Parts: sequence; structure tokens; C-alpha cells
Amino acid sequence: MSVTPRLELIDVSKRFPGVLANDRVSLSVKPGEIHALLGENGAGKSTLVKMIYGIQSPDSGSILWEGQEVRIPHPRAARRLGVGMVFQHFSLFEAMDVLENIALGLDSAVSRKQLDAEIRLVMEKYGLKLDPRRQISTLSVGERQRIEIVRALLLNPRLLIMDEPTSVLTPQEVEDLFKTLRRLASEGCSILYISHKLHEIVELCERATILRGGKVVATCDPRKETARSMGEMMIGSDLREPARGQVSVEGPVRLSVNRLSLPKPDDFGVALDEISFQVKGGEIFGIAGVAGNGQNELLEALCGEHLSDEADTIQVDGSSVGRSGPSDRRKLGLCSVPEERNGHAAIGAFSLSDNAILTARSRMGFETKGFINKTGADGFAANVIKTFAVKTLGPASLAGSLSGGNLQKFVMGREIMQAPGVLVVSQPTWGVDAGSAAFIHQALIDLAAQGSAVVVISQDLDELLRLCDRLSVINLGKLSSPRPVGEVSVQELGLLMGGSHGTPTVDAGGPHAASA
Amino acid sequence: MRLLLEKRREPSRTMLVLTPVLSVIVIMVLGIIIFDGLGYDGQQAVWELFFTPVLDVYKWRDVASKAAPLILIALGLSLGNQAKIWNIGAEGQYIVGALGAAGIAFATQSMTGFWIIPLMIITGMVCGALYAGIPAVLRTRYGVSEVLSSLMFVYVSLQLLSYLITGPWKDPDGHNFPQTAQLTDAQLLPHELGDSGIPPGLLIALIATILFYVLVARTIFGFSVRAIGEAPHAARYGGFSSNGIVWATLMISGAMAGLAGVLELMQLTRLNLGYPSGYGFTAIIVSLLGRSHPVGVFIAGIVLAITYVGGQVAQTVVHVPNATAGLFQALLLFAILASDLLVRYRVRLSVSSSPAKGTRP
Amino acid sequence: MTITFLIDALVTIIGITTPILLAASGELVVEKSGVINLGVEGMMLVGTIAGFAVTFETGNPWLGILVATLAGAAAATIFAVLVLSLGANQVATGLALTIFGIGLSSLIGSNYVGIAIDPLESPFPDVLATDSFWRVIFGHSPFVYFAIILVLAIGWFINKTRAGLVLRAIGENDLSAHSIGYPVIAIRYAAVAFGGAIAGIAGADFSMVISPLWAEQMTAGRGWIALALVVFAGWRAGRLLAGAYFFGVLMALELYAKASGHAIFPSQFWAAMPYLIAVIVLALISSRDGKDGKAPACLGKPFIPNG
Repeated sequence: MSVTPRLELIDVSKRFPGVLANDRVSLSVKPGEIHALLGENGAGKSTLVKMIYGIQSPDSGSILWEGQEVRIPHPRAARRLGVGMVFQHFSLFEAMDVLENIALGLDSAVSRKQLDAEIRLVMEKYGLKLDPRRQISTLSVGERQRIEIVRALLLNPRLLIMDEPTSVLTPQEVEDLFKTLRRLASEGCSILYISHKLHEIVELCERATILRGGKVVATCDPRKETARSMGEMMIGSDLREPARGQVSVEGPVRLSVNRLSLPKPDDFGVALDEISFQVKGGEIFGIAGVAGNGQNELLEALCGEHLSDEADTIQVDGSSVGRSGPSDRRKLGLCSVPEERNGHAAIGAFSLSDNAILTARSRMGFETKGFINKTGADGFAANVIKTFAVKTLGPASLAGSLSGGNLQKFVMGREIMQAPGVLVVSQPTWGVDAGSAAFIHQALIDLAAQGSAVVVISQDLDELLRLCDRLSVINLGKLSSPRPVGEVSVQELGLLMGGSHGTPTVDAGGPHAASA
Repeated sequence: MRLLLEKRREPSRTMLVLTPVLSVIVIMVLGIIIFDGLGYDGQQAVWELFFTPVLDVYKWRDVASKAAPLILIALGLSLGNQAKIWNIGAEGQYIVGALGAAGIAFATQSMTGFWIIPLMIITGMVCGALYAGIPAVLRTRYGVSEVLSSLMFVYVSLQLLSYLITGPWKDPDGHNFPQTAQLTDAQLLPHELGDSGIPPGLLIALIATILFYVLVARTIFGFSVRAIGEAPHAARYGGFSSNGIVWATLMISGAMAGLAGVLELMQLTRLNLGYPSGYGFTAIIVSLLGRSHPVGVFIAGIVLAITYVGGQVAQTVVHVPNATAGLFQALLLFAILASDLLVRYRVRLSVSSSPAKGTRP
Repeated sequence: MTITFLIDALVTIIGITTPILLAASGELVVEKSGVINLGVEGMMLVGTIAGFAVTFETGNPWLGILVATLAGAAAATIFAVLVLSLGANQVATGLALTIFGIGLSSLIGSNYVGIAIDPLESPFPDVLATDSFWRVIFGHSPFVYFAIILVLAIGWFINKTRAGLVLRAIGENDLSAHSIGYPVIAIRYAAVAFGGAIAGIAGADFSMVISPLWAEQMTAGRGWIALALVVFAGWRAGRLLAGAYFFGVLMALELYAKASGHAIFPSQFWAAMPYLIAVIVLALISSRDGKDGKAPACLGKPFIPNG
């Protein structure tokens, strides 16, 4: 190799209680290279970059920075070397303004005025738009990411780590991000780009290191590979996804939502604005959208956590349930699975059996006159574990001890095995390994085939396009009119997700400005 | 060499039971050191504090009568603890419960009848529950933390007690002492059950322990309380109302504190300025030491009662100040809170020098 | 006559306000870091006995204040170890600290009951300090001036300095602050110890100035008023100052009712008043839903770094 790599990892290992997160991982990133770090959830990508950024330290192996072996005990040291990082979950402070947030990311005190000037300079250079005086809680997700990027760029990084940067962006915002990254790379900044989205990597990166189970399984040039070939390296077997033939559904309407409006639940929430749609028995209805546009609020309104003012805004098999709580809705056959597994869909400190009592007690008869039927709950939980192939010791295991994918299978199984007439699920395969995801998809398809109406809320367009019959997009609490999946293009969906009923450019304010 | 903490996949049940016992032992050892440091005979002080009340049959009645109110109040509080609703104003509800019963006593001074005692008990429980209902309204309607508001009402109840016994309810034959008139025979429970030496309060506490056990372990209500405490969002998704739980746990704990207040009034036969005894605060320790489990609470109530009685013994025998028991109770609470770590983490000795990452700092 | 009465009243109010102003200022810093320490009452009590005992034994009130400060900080450190290093529940541990403070101060204080010391007097020359008019400004104990300077300094620190920005950031989002690289636990330790030190000084004010003797639980729940005051002030220093004097007026009414004996309501009514008003004010503030300032987002929650 002629050029000294900007960053080189040699045999880096990291062990956590019970798992070997990184097993002798080696990789090298050249100056000006956009290098992909590819792998499924749990493959060890995050742990690896946390070690590069000094949040964790390796158990063994060495890190070389421009040919010199270095120790990176804390993020400050990483920044001093010239490593910048944009996190997947932004480390922002809601109650503070953009300037304060950026100041916090710098290691030395700079006056507000001087910082303001520096920020404007960086933004102009890289075509980023942002008002430094705005409070974070008023910003869209795309804008928040821009803060993180500006914060990293102010330090003139020589290596920029981007952790799953596009999972929260619209396709148009992704394009703009890629422009910024290419510009940076052309100036000599190396970029370590973490993702599991294969087509993005094919489009953007020059080299890719693929991790599976904490080990490097391949290094390749994405431009010479296809998304499919890289996907197989990532998963380690043939990609198999249940395909759903386009079926035309002619069942009765089982879920009807009529002009459902709700005020925002708190300062950081989104108000629902006259949402209407119908789902027939046998149909899978998809709701796409960028995170934080009212998905959680819609799910909570449908499942009964937030009541509507009028009963007939939500109807299940003809019964008006808008004013009924979750238990009454379940009795009528409306079940749901919220996005967050631990703490919302399930209680981590409770056994699986108790988690069965949480939502299945009335439909499955675990409750008589206020007393619990423990045997019934144990049996049901055991049945869910068996049918959905949940890896656990048994119904007495705590939900919190299960891996994300297994807990998701349990939660999905718990709802599906109650044979709901209507099932509403949010992010059914978020953070779930490919095998479990395929399993869950198949279960949803089977449920619909039995005549239930299924609503899938997801940020993953691929998932929705594969699974659903019809699709709507939620943006700022408004739902676009539903379209059959076959008739809608990704480009079109992207525009709807950006809320742009006009310009798709990333203008000052992004989605929020577009609502005006 | 260094200590490593490793998070357990599931909290250890063994440690859950073992740590309260360990805490008591640690506190005994610590007590010897502290008393020796203060110039007393440490070993004897700890002996008198913890063992004399157990070994001396004549102290058992004292222990039992102190344990009863502690257990009753702590049972109510432990329900709130499980829902992470902190009623720290039980002392106030205890006082107001006694005031309610004293009000009935005042009104029925010249009467007799089997109904008077039940009426006093029910009134006391209702008064305690209503008094705890104030923080419940404040929390559910105005979003005021029950921690501060319930405590504020302790101070209000102290002033109310002081006003009533120096003013309208002052005993006319009491030589101007700030106290109420003595309860009549029709207003008093027997001092002990038959010749057993067991105060009636302890029997009531035992029955209440069993009822609470059934409530917590076997009913949907108990389930909902635990669900709210562990994951409020999930509980709401499961169809439980968090406001309902706030009301229920605060009112139940208020009623239990009120009940304890009435029974204590019947023990003491009148109200005076010395009536507020701090049971409402000590019961918080009892509920935590008992791991908020009814059976644990029953045992912990007896342990704390032992330190009260033992404190008095140690005061007369070793001449330690009377604040000793209070200090020990606080240290016990510190120990139990600290030992919680052992329930959630495994402690290991490590000889390697590499830092323990991914574990607690 | 009326002027004299007014000046008397002002001097009294300023005097009795000072300990709650001090304790609340310290707690403000603690809560800004995202920790709620309900043990203020206990730390104050530790301060009362430390200040009193050392002053009595050495005759040096400044040494008394110093030891009270250290004792308050030491008590707070017990809380910090349990809560920050061992992950114990903040509410329960704060309560434990209060019970501990009551017990420890009573234990040590049992040797000092019934003894009086000379109260710490104004640092200004007698000409000003005892002047029938100017004493309203110059006739207070050093605690009074310290408290006012302290609360202003804390306001400046929190809002204008970089260290204050970091403190707020940790209280708003500890995980983010951690991922940027700020030492969350260490900073919270410092904040908690600071709060304890100031609570210790507040306690010393009780036993060295307000009533220069020692009695069990002599702070009589003022620590809890200080906690309510922080909420009342919407976690802002300026409002803390104003709110403290508001409570000072309420507490002065009790003294007036006791002394004059001809107040409309019994003195117990006036004694209960600060607590009742505190609850009512909390209800008003809380139901306004953050329009008057919000609690730090991480307040009371344990810090669990995810990796």
C-alpha cells in the first residue's frame, strides 16, 4: 500500500458479559475514502465505532492513526486526533438552542458571537441550512442531523463517522446528505459510513467492510458488487423474504378511521389532523413516513391509550370505539403492537407469562372477577413461545432477558394468537435480525389471509412495498390518501414523506417549513 | 485487583431475600464501631439494641405493640412503592386518622355500644384515606409530585393536632395540659387478646398482611400496580389507568395509616403532643426493608420494632442517647438501598488490570 | 412607631428567609444536574449541630461554619455514593438522608441541649448595624449577605458560564452529554456535594443566628420548603430569590401571631400556612405546564450509560 491509511484497526476485540461483540476485527480507511461498515443489527458495528470514538476501549488489538498506534480513552481524545462522529440517536439537548448544542460539542469555550460566525461559514461551504438560534425541540429530524454534522465539521475532522445516518431521512434529504459527504471526501476527509442499507452503499462507497457476528466476513468494492451479493455476505445465507403476490381484497371493512384528530400529547409530540382510512378484512394497509411525524400518536390513538372526543372516529367491525380504552377495544378485536418493545409493548422486569396477562387477559380468559388465572397465562405464553419459535427458557423468563428479535417475536405472537379482527403494528421488524423479520412478515401475511385487517406503520419503505396492498404516507400528523402499492413510485412516496406538496429541495426548515 | 460489577440477566431472587438480612448484620457491626468511637460500650449497646428485646420475654409485648402500627402503615406504603408512588406523608395520615377517631370518641363520650369501636376505626381509616386523597388530587389534576405535597401535609396535620388539643378538644379536667380526655371503656379495645399477651393490633396486622398478599399476588389490581411501577407506558397500553392507580395506592395507604392511628390512640387512650411518634416515617424503612412484599414487611416491622424497644433498653443500660434507634434505622435504610446493587449486579474480584467496560463505572 | 415596626418586620423576614434561600440555592444546582436530593432537611440538621458544637467548643464561629459546610457536604456524599455509584432510588435515598440527619444530629446534639451561644452578628460597624434605620441593610448576620450573593452568583454561573452550560446539559440529557464525553457522574457528585455544603451552611444559620442554641429537629421542615421553592422558582435563580422572601413573609406571620397573641387565627394556623401555600403554589405552577420554567428533563432518573 502506497498511502498510509488514515485509520487502521488490527485484531480489535471487545467482549461484553455473554457476548463477544467484536472478534479480532481489522480494517483500514484511506484518506478521502468513503468506507462502508456493513452488517446486520447486532453484528458489532456500533461497538466498533464506539471504540474508535473513545466511548469504549478495546479488550485487545490495536488502533493506528495515520500509522501511529494510539489509545483513545475518551471522545475528547478522539476529537483531538481529528475523529468526528454523527450518532444515529442524536446527542442533542431539546431544551437548548442550536448554538448551545454546538458549543457543548466543542472542547474549548468560544463566545456565542464567534461560534455563530463559524457555524455560518461551515454551513455555507457545505450547503447546509440551519438557524443557529432555534430551539432543538422545534426542529425536524433532518435539521437535527445537520446540527450534528455541523458540530463535527467545526472541528475540521479527518475522519467522520456516520452511524446509520439515513434511517430518519426522506429520500431527498438522503441525496443532499450524500452531496455533502462526497464534497467532504473530495477534500481529503475520510468517511466511515455505517449502514445496513445496501443500495446506499453501492451508490456512495468505495470500499466496504462487512461484519457478521462480530467478525469481518468480507471486504469488497461495493461498485463491483450488487445489493444482493453484499446482502448475502451480510446475512450469511440466501436472502429469502416472503413475497406477497398482489391480491385484490374484497372483504368487509373491519377498521374504519373517520376524521380522527387529536391535540399533541406533549411539547415534543405531533397532533393528528383529520386522519381517515378504511381497512378491509384480508388486507394489509401500510403507513409510511419519516420518524416523528405522528406514527406513535396514531398508534396510541388506535389502540386506545389516547381517547378521542367522539366515539365514531374509530370503528371496529362497525362498533364505535373512539371513547373506549385499550381493554374494551381488545375485547372487540382491536389489538396492537407499538414500536418500542421494552417498556411499551412489554415490561422487561415481568415474566413472559405476566406479559401475556398484560394484553391477553380478557380475550384469553386469564381474569375472573379480578383474580388472575396464572395457569392459563403460563399455558398461553408457552404456546406463543412454541408457535413463534421464541428463544427463551420458558414462560417464567423475564421479558428483559430476551434479545430484541426474540422479544419482538413474542410480542407479535402474543397479539396474533389472540386472533384479532384488526391488528395495528408499528415498526414490526425494527432492529430485528433478518430471519426473525422474515418470520414476522409471514405471520402478518397469514393473519391477513385468515380475514383480519392489518395495519403496518413503518419507516422502512422496502418492507411496506413488499408487504402491503395499499399505502399512505403520514407527515406532520396528516395522512395522504391511500394508493395501491403497484401504482406508486418510491420517488412519489419520498415527496410525500418530505411533506412537500411542492419543492423537494432541502430548504431552510425542511418538512416543517413545507407545512405552511 | 479490583471489583468488577457484571449486570445480571435477571435480578437475583436469592439476593432479594438475603440482602435485607445482610443489611441488618452489617448495621450491627457498624453499630459496634460507631458506639466504641463515641466512647460507649459498643458490643453491649448493640446487644441491648437488637437482642435483649428478642431474648427478654417481658419485652415481647412492647415489640408487638410497636410492630403493629409499623406493619399496618408499611403494608399500605409498599403498595405505593410498587407503583413508584411515594407517599411520604403517612405520618400525617396517621395523625388525621387518630383525630377522626378522637372526634367520634368526643361525640360518644357518654354512650356505650358495640358499634362505637368499629365506627371509630372506620372513621379513622376514612379520614386517613381522604387526607391522602389531597396529594392524589394534586397529582392527578395538577401534576404536583406527591412526594413533596404528601410531606407538606404532615406539617399541617401536626399543627391541626396541636390546635385541637390545646383548644377545642382540650381535656377540661386535665389541669390545662395539652391533651384530650381519656377514651371511655366503650371506646377501647382490650389491651391483649385473652391472656395471650398479644395486642389486638398485631392480630389485625397479621390479617392485613394476608389480605395484602392476596391482593398483590393474585389480583389484576395488584398486577396493575406492579405494571405501572415497572413501565407506566406499557401499563397504559395494557389498559390500566395510571391516575386510577395513583388514587388507589394513595387512598389505601392513607386508610392503613389511619387505621394504625386509631389503634395507637386506643393503646395510649388519649391524644397529646407526644402522640406523633414518627411511625409514618419509620414505616417507609419497614416497607423498603421488607422489599415491599407483605411477608417481608411483616418481618421487617418486627425488626424495626425491636430497635425501638432495644433503643430504650440501651438508653437505660448503656446510657446511649435516645436518638440512637433513629440513627440505626437510617443506617439500616442506607444499607438496604446500597445492597440493592447485589440484586441487579454480580460482584467479582478481578486480577486483570483492564478496565471494566460495559459495566457500571 | 410604624417605621420601627416595619424595620423590625423586614429584619425578621430577611433573617428567617435566609436558611431556606441558602438551602434552595444549593438544591437548585443539584437539580440542574438532574439529581433530586430530598435529604435537604437532614443535611441542614447535620449543619445545625456541626456549626453549633464547633462554635461552642472552640468559640470560633467561622470554624463552626466551616465544619458545618464540610459536614453538609459529607452527608450529601453519602447520598451521592448510593445514588450515583450504586444506582439506588433517589427518592428513597433522599428520605433516608433526612432520617439519618435527624438521628445523627440528635445523637450528637444530646450533649448540647440547653446551652446557648452568642449569635453571630453583623459584619458591619455598630454605627450602621445598630442604627435604627440603617440596620435594615447593615444589621444582618453574614449569612444574609452570603445567601444573596450566592444566589446571584449561581444564576450567573448557570446561565453565563460554560461550566454552567455543561451542568444544564447533563440535567437535560445525561446520555447525550456522556456520549459527547462529559463526565456525568463526576459532575453530579460535585453538584450534590455543593448542595450539601450549602445546606450545611443553612443549618448553621439556624443554630448560630436564628436561635443560637440547639434543639432536636430545630429546622422544623424548612428543608422541605426549600425543595418546594426550587419547583416554585421554575429552576431559575432570580425567581428563587423572590420566592424565598415570599415564604419569609408567611413564616414571619406565624412569629407575629405567636408574639402578639391577638391574631385573627390561632398561631397553629399561621404555622401551617407556609406548607399549605407551598402546596397551592406547586399546584398553580405545575398546572401551568412548564410555562414558568421546566424541570431538567433527567431530574430524578438514574443514569444508565448504554455501553
